[in-house]
Amino acid sequence: MEQGRIIKVAGPLVVAEGLVESKMYDLVRVGDEGLMGEIIEMRGDRASIQVYEETEGLGPGDPVVSTGAPLSVELGPGMLEQVYDGVQRPLDVLQAQAGAFIARGLSAPALDRERLWAFEPRVKPGDAVAGGDVIGVVQENVVIEHRIMVPPGLAGEIVEVREGEHTVTDVVARLRAADGTVHDLTMMQVWPVRVPRPYREKVSAAEPLVTGTRVIDTFFPVVKGGVACIPGPFGAGKTVTQHQIAKWSNAEIVVFIGCGERGNEMTDVLMEFPELTDPYSGQPLMKRTVLVANTSNMPVAAREASVYTGITMAEYFRDMGYNVVLQADSTSRWAEAMREISGRLEEMPGDEGFPAYLGTRLASFYERAGKVRALGSDGREGSVTVVGSVSPPGGDLSEPVVQNTLRVVKVFWALQDQLAFQRHFPAIDWLTSYSLYLDKVTPFWAERVSPEFRARRDEAMAILQREAELAEIVRLVGVEALSPEERVLMETAKSIREDFLQQNAFRDDDQFSSLAEQDALLRVILLFRDKALEALSRGASLEAIFSAPVRERIARAKYLSAEDLAEFEAIASEIETQLVGGEEEEPASVYAGGER
Amino acid sequence: MREYMTTREIVGPLLLIDSVVDVTYGELVELEYPDGTRSLGNVLEVNGSVALVQAFEGTRGSNPAGTKAKFLGRPLELGVSRDMLGRVFDGLGRPIDGGPEIIPEKRLPIHGSPINPTARDFPDDFIQTGISAIDGLNPLVRGQKLPIFSGSGLPHNELAAQIARQSAVLVRSDRPDVVGEKMEGEFAVVFAAMGITFEDAEFFKNEFRTTSAIERAVLFLNLADDPAVERIATPRMALTAAEHLAYECDMHVLVILTDMTYYCEALREVSAARKEVPGRRGYPGYLYTDLATIYERAGRIKGKHGSITQVPILSMPDDDKTHPIPDLTGYITEGQIILDRNLHRRGIYPPVAVLPSLSRLKQKGIGPGKTREDHADLSNQLFGAYARGLQAKELAVILGEAALSETDKAFVAFADAFEDRFIRQGKHEERSVAETLSIGWELAALLPRSELKRIKDEYVEKYLPSQEG
Repeated sequence: MEQGRIIKVAGPLVVAEGLVESKMYDLVRVGDEGLMGEIIEMRGDRASIQVYEETEGLGPGDPVVSTGAPLSVELGPGMLEQVYDGVQRPLDVLQAQAGAFIARGLSAPALDRERLWAFEPRVKPGDAVAGGDVIGVVQENVVIEHRIMVPPGLAGEIVEVREGEHTVTDVVARLRAADGTVHDLTMMQVWPVRVPRPYREKVSAAEPLVTGTRVIDTFFPVVKGGVACIPGPFGAGKTVTQHQIAKWSNAEIVVFIGCGERGNEMTDVLMEFPELTDPYSGQPLMKRTVLVANTSNMPVAAREASVYTGITMAEYFRDMGYNVVLQADSTSRWAEAMREISGRLEEMPGDEGFPAYLGTRLASFYERAGKVRALGSDGREGSVTVVGSVSPPGGDLSEPVVQNTLRVVKVFWALQDQLAFQRHFPAIDWLTSYSLYLDKVTPFWAERVSPEFRARRDEAMAILQREAELAEIVRLVGVEALSPEERVLMETAKSIREDFLQQNAFRDDDQFSSLAEQDALLRVILLFRDKALEALSRGASLEAIFSAPVRERIARAKYLSAEDLAEFEAIASEIETQLVGGEEEEPASVYAGGER
Repeated sequence: MREYMTTREIVGPLLLIDSVVDVTYGELVELEYPDGTRSLGNVLEVNGSVALVQAFEGTRGSNPAGTKAKFLGRPLELGVSRDMLGRVFDGLGRPIDGGPEIIPEKRLPIHGSPINPTARDFPDDFIQTGISAIDGLNPLVRGQKLPIFSGSGLPHNELAAQIARQSAVLVRSDRPDVVGEKMEGEFAVVFAAMGITFEDAEFFKNEFRTTSAIERAVLFLNLADDPAVERIATPRMALTAAEHLAYECDMHVLVILTDMTYYCEALREVSAARKEVPGRRGYPGYLYTDLATIYERAGRIKGKHGSITQVPILSMPDDDKTHPIPDLTGYITEGQIILDRNLHRRGIYPPVAVLPSLSRLKQKGIGPGKTREDHADLSNQLFGAYARGLQAKELAVILGEAALSETDKAFVAFADAFEDRFIRQGKHEERSVAETLSIGWELAALLPRSELKRIKDEYVEKYLPSQEG
């Protein structure tokens, strides 16, 4: 334990001298209160330290003690349903210690040291194991089985296993390495946050992450193990979109990082998630969720650390073989934290004052996503999907955080405030958004949804594109200038926008659509178009087509649930009868006046 | 006593003081200049034996040789007490109304501490402001931070004063179709003026005085001719007082901060004097974090009766919403009320631009028990119809009125009536939510019944006024 002294304090940055033995990124305790900090620059025996807590009251001469270890997180049973701050302190424990406001110098272990977990061994003495092998499991809650793994780097023969109730620090197994040393294994691993956890190999991901949000799943899908970003100005619905993914995506674990955002939003998650039911497990959503809450008014250096804290926990669950979604809301606040620290270090700034290494940091963060074959002999696969929101100043997508993010992410959900003003939610702009995973998920769609799904999706997209072109003409010379076929296209595009893309996140029967529902819905919308064109060619009038009563049913079809798939058939046959009629007779309602 | 006469440099509002011992970051400093002027300051940075001090009341009258600096060993604090109600203070919390000094119950550092997210209680109690454009469409909720984005020459002061005067919480109603009564109670207003003119400040004082709201108000005034750097402390003074009133004295506190633009400019001034790398438009890179430490002090806390609701006012330079101040504010606050110059020119008060305004906590604050069962649907319908009416109007400008369909014409008529009867109201007119909803229904009746798609049929049956003739 090396001790140094403060010589300079400037906001969240403290410079100390006398720290010769310490290393870059070592965790230190600053001042008499022992505030947490991390060494981020060293010159001679002078170390620059970013402090994770408010530094008011610190001055030259105050002690700085190095812990000799980098900032690390504790990984083990007890993480789920927990709310941590940016440096993995459990916020409920801090509240019990200090009350409603976060005082300084608090510390609390991330994993409850008292709680007993029922450890069920999966190995027996004599078994040869290596890093990543599962030695036993703990049923952490009704949903998640927590797999206790041999820490990376260790290998040898199991000499003892202790089944039964243990705390996270109790020895549950002992392992003799090749050199004869015996290692105690507990249910807890400690891992430095800035070091990605190792895996056997990265594998290509092709299974879509189903989010239940139609515009995402159908038009701009993300795969399990993919990376996506949501940029948009304020009020466009970034956080609601993030919450939708956290709630309804078919991942097994969700790690949600509230990085420099509103306190009340975290409260919303905290109060809502225990009440909401996970559609896949039937259990409260909170059971599969870990929250990292470092709100905008909490110390800025801890905000910088929070994304690393979150992704390390996500990687740990991935190593167990789970599909994990990591959401960071918002990466812009993380970048701003970097900028602030960089400014205090008096580094030469890059674009808009952001540090020159902004792009590298963003890229290496997003690169920690992916689908992997985990360490361990059973070849299990797990994935981390990263969804980051970006809050560009003034909604300007040319700013450095958006641009550097776009270089690395494969899916871009562009939120538009214009759409939000029109109350078109989710306000994801279908013309500028993209997904580079489309071709990868097509085989999955063809096999599990329907062979025509991709074709339908592409056709709908083409219609929306064409609508944007025609909308210009309409704006200039009015809708009369369009041919009847084009009018049908415009109406179809409107139907896609209103009956498919628009989705109400606050309506129980609309917030989640399965892929089967999405396919069926798109099918009836396109069928109406086909039949409308057919009717048109037989001389029906546009007014009659557009006022066909079935359109009301199409508009309400999005509220149908997976059990009502037969309803879609009914709608389809109604389209058939109302527009082109049965084989024998044509319904008078549509053809009245259609001979003109 | 740690008193130094070792000032080396004075740049703008900053002093660099040499050979200091045991100085801490954030420490309060008393400065005395050779001409007798005094100023308070605080330590922005301490590097070995050199302290960088920002002088809240400016550096006029100082020189390096003759300036005395006394380090007080504590941060800038505010002595708080329930007796602050009815009093007027300067931007640093000193009484300026001629009354006696406050005997503090305790002294609190003005920076406060962040609320633990797990200790927060979600804001979901409707506040009736008596203003239809807010209550009806973008309701304010207890514990929310809802700024007014305005521009020079717009009546944001009148609107803020009206909100302060009329705000009340409603008793929970046990019938979904009846709005609860106004709750009498522990409502207080904390008002912080930053850089506004004497006249604007007088306006607020008079408003509070004539309605005797002054007895439950605390005013912190830093006016246009007061030192600019002092403004950095003013909102934090106000919020420290508000936190005491809310969480210790169980009051529901409405905090009005005006004008945040001047606050940000003061911050920029200090940042520039420190030669920091600027972010957008010269504002410091930490503007977001700094604003968050102000706005995030709104909220409710589990187990505490009181609450803090914030209505910050900011004038957008050139009415530009993408300017860094409104932009960063919008990212932190839970919505925004935007004032519109066109409505104002047409003589409509309050000129609330309904469409781009937003209250993010709306869903939580309205509905049966809180207001009335039909509130959400009706509000969606009015919003949608008004948007469509405006669109139709635009179309009429390009293609001529004749190009509009009958339905579109109905929407145009609706939009005009909506602005005239729903948005427009008197500066001293207080409308209950029930009245606001009734006007909404009368307006909805102007539309063809088949167009009321966003309202549940049962509510249409129940509330739509029967058509005459």
